[in-house]
Amino acid sequence: MYRYDEFDRTIVDERVKQFRGQVARRVSGDLTEEQFRPLRLMNGLYLQLHAYMLRVAVPYGTLSSKQMRMLAHIARKYDKGYGHFTTRQNIQYNWPKLEEVPDLLADLATVEMHAIQTSGNCIRNVTSDQYAGVAAGEIEDPRVYCEIIRQWSTFHPEFSFLPRKFKIAVTASEDDRAAIRVHDIGIQLVKNAAGETGFRFFVGGGLGRTPVVGPEINSFVKKKDLLSYLEAILRVYNQLGRRDNLYKARIKILVRSVGTGEFAEMVDKEWQFIKDGKYDLPQDEIDRIKAYFAPPAYETLPATDATLKDKIEANADFAAWVKRNVAEHKVPGYGIVNISLKPIGGIPGDATAEQMEVVADLAEKYSFDEVRVTHEQNLVLPDVKKSDLFVVWEALSASDMGTSNLGTITDMISCPGLDYCNLANARSIPVAQRISERFADLSRQHDIGDLKVKISGCINACGHHHVGNIGILGVDKKGQEFYQITLGGSATEDASIGKILGPAFSYDEIVDAVEKVVDVYLEHRAPGEAFLGLVDRVGLDPFKEKLYAAH
Amino acid sequence: MPLIKGDQITEDPWVYADDEDELPSGDVVVHLERWEKDKDSLRSRNGKLGLILRSDQSPELVADDLAAFDLIALDFPAFKDGRAFSYARMLRERFAFEGEIRAVGDVHRDQLFFMHRCGFDAFEVENAAVLQDWLEAAREFTSVYQPALDAKQSVLRLRHHTKKAAE
Repeated sequence: MYRYDEFDRTIVDERVKQFRGQVARRVSGDLTEEQFRPLRLMNGLYLQLHAYMLRVAVPYGTLSSKQMRMLAHIARKYDKGYGHFTTRQNIQYNWPKLEEVPDLLADLATVEMHAIQTSGNCIRNVTSDQYAGVAAGEIEDPRVYCEIIRQWSTFHPEFSFLPRKFKIAVTASEDDRAAIRVHDIGIQLVKNAAGETGFRFFVGGGLGRTPVVGPEINSFVKKKDLLSYLEAILRVYNQLGRRDNLYKARIKILVRSVGTGEFAEMVDKEWQFIKDGKYDLPQDEIDRIKAYFAPPAYETLPATDATLKDKIEANADFAAWVKRNVAEHKVPGYGIVNISLKPIGGIPGDATAEQMEVVADLAEKYSFDEVRVTHEQNLVLPDVKKSDLFVVWEALSASDMGTSNLGTITDMISCPGLDYCNLANARSIPVAQRISERFADLSRQHDIGDLKVKISGCINACGHHHVGNIGILGVDKKGQEFYQITLGGSATEDASIGKILGPAFSYDEIVDAVEKVVDVYLEHRAPGEAFLGLVDRVGLDPFKEKLYAAH
Repeated sequence: MPLIKGDQITEDPWVYADDEDELPSGDVVVHLERWEKDKDSLRSRNGKLGLILRSDQSPELVADDLAAFDLIALDFPAFKDGRAFSYARMLRERFAFEGEIRAVGDVHRDQLFFMHRCGFDAFEVENAAVLQDWLEAAREFTSVYQPALDAKQSVLRLRHHTKKAAE
């Protein structure tokens, strides 16, 4: 993985010093809260319902075991012993004290981490495929370009006060695990007819109040033009994005209002001014960064492992976990281990300091020292030998991280909701917990199969409900929490926005309603038919009949 | 309003003209509306001419007239309205404007570093007493990732040029 050189280190250290000065000015009263607000927001520090919340960047979701141990240390020293992994592959701490945040950032800097641009109207942490570098069929490791974009966007002099926040995701696989079509910019590595690798650009996707699947504006941008093309998009947006209405300020609204073709032309016009100049990405720099992402020293192993086969035959729980949570690795004899942070009845994405340390130890011992954070709020050990899977599973299970529910109905995305967030209209976490408990039986989950449930506590859609197969949106109705259900959403390569099923359900009714949706699916599905396939085939009517007939 | 230019507080020789009043003598700054109305008389008067643009007025609107101005003032109606960062760069990079580019309005010390990098070279500030603070804020970072308009070499360049030089 990437390691800082002297320049990267200097920038992060100087940032810590700068923020320490800003906090001192706030504490001394030189800055009012109003003046301090934009400064702290540039550094991921929010004021939530009960306390400050600090969001730490995990660039494109990649961590070393040393970094993971530092996250555990921070949870213990500055928080209440846990952290929350987010849909943008970051981690949030819910209880830091303002005066201690500079020390916390200094601790982070010792392991090459920071909280730069994890909030504010700037370019946020660049996200990627959690299987980057280990998935079969990938064009190149997309993290090389994520790191280049991370550096380019860090303290960008022109784009730090955009109309609104700006999110970029990069993938290099046909299977989109990074939800690139619901980002302000989604970048897909592709090959052109001449066999050169370049970038396909989608712009103006997003969730929130106006969910949009981002349209393509350029089918092939050369590698050397990556930064100049990004500059051109951002320059058009910075000038023309709406600043009069918070809810219409994202780039998706601009793209929609001028039209995709016209927007692409505006970008192209801007690009012609700056192309082939100082923004060209030097091949030397690509090579320099690529060297950090070189494959680790894999052993030559047989594709199947005899001991693994025995363990699978002898232990049904382990067999179920391998089937659900271990993905195909590009190298024979290795597997990609998905660590579920969704234990039955747990808080999606939360991990204790002890759990983080267990993961760090396992990564060090069994996965070339690397951990990934997924946008679905789980963790990944990308490079585990098949012969080590059993001991890894045992260790994870002993720490409540061995649930074999990856991709099942209990592997939900959930925003923090009204338990923490001052924007929320309704609680999300307890809804997720109750659904999880209702479907606690693993064999029932496995029988249902893949089913993505996503829960947001308000229209801002941090819980990605629009792109859930089953989406749940918390709304406030005369002071009561209600939950609207949408069906048929997807965040993957077939990205689509779910459709609203009908009137919302109360907090007490919502779990029954979800169960009825599942019942309809089980009743009507053809053999092997996925939930989305059924919704496409039969529409919403059978679901409506079942859910609203009795009302 | 105190003016920071060239790392010090300087006397501001410019006067902002109202849209209707008779123009004062000396160096004046006018709004775009007045420029469009009185172009000819403004061009022929003695004294330097400056233009102030609101954040919804792109310098593209005066692309053909830039030679007439010695100063372009770009307004920040609120710190978070960042359009003028792009305007300043456009003036320097696309239109090769060499006169003064001044940041006016809601100008924060914590933005000075970025403004300087985007081509601003003068800053109207509220409080001259904290000049030292402002100057420090402008120097909080010694390394930068992007090529821009200040004298700083980007990290990209430093990495690969120092390497080449060493080879």
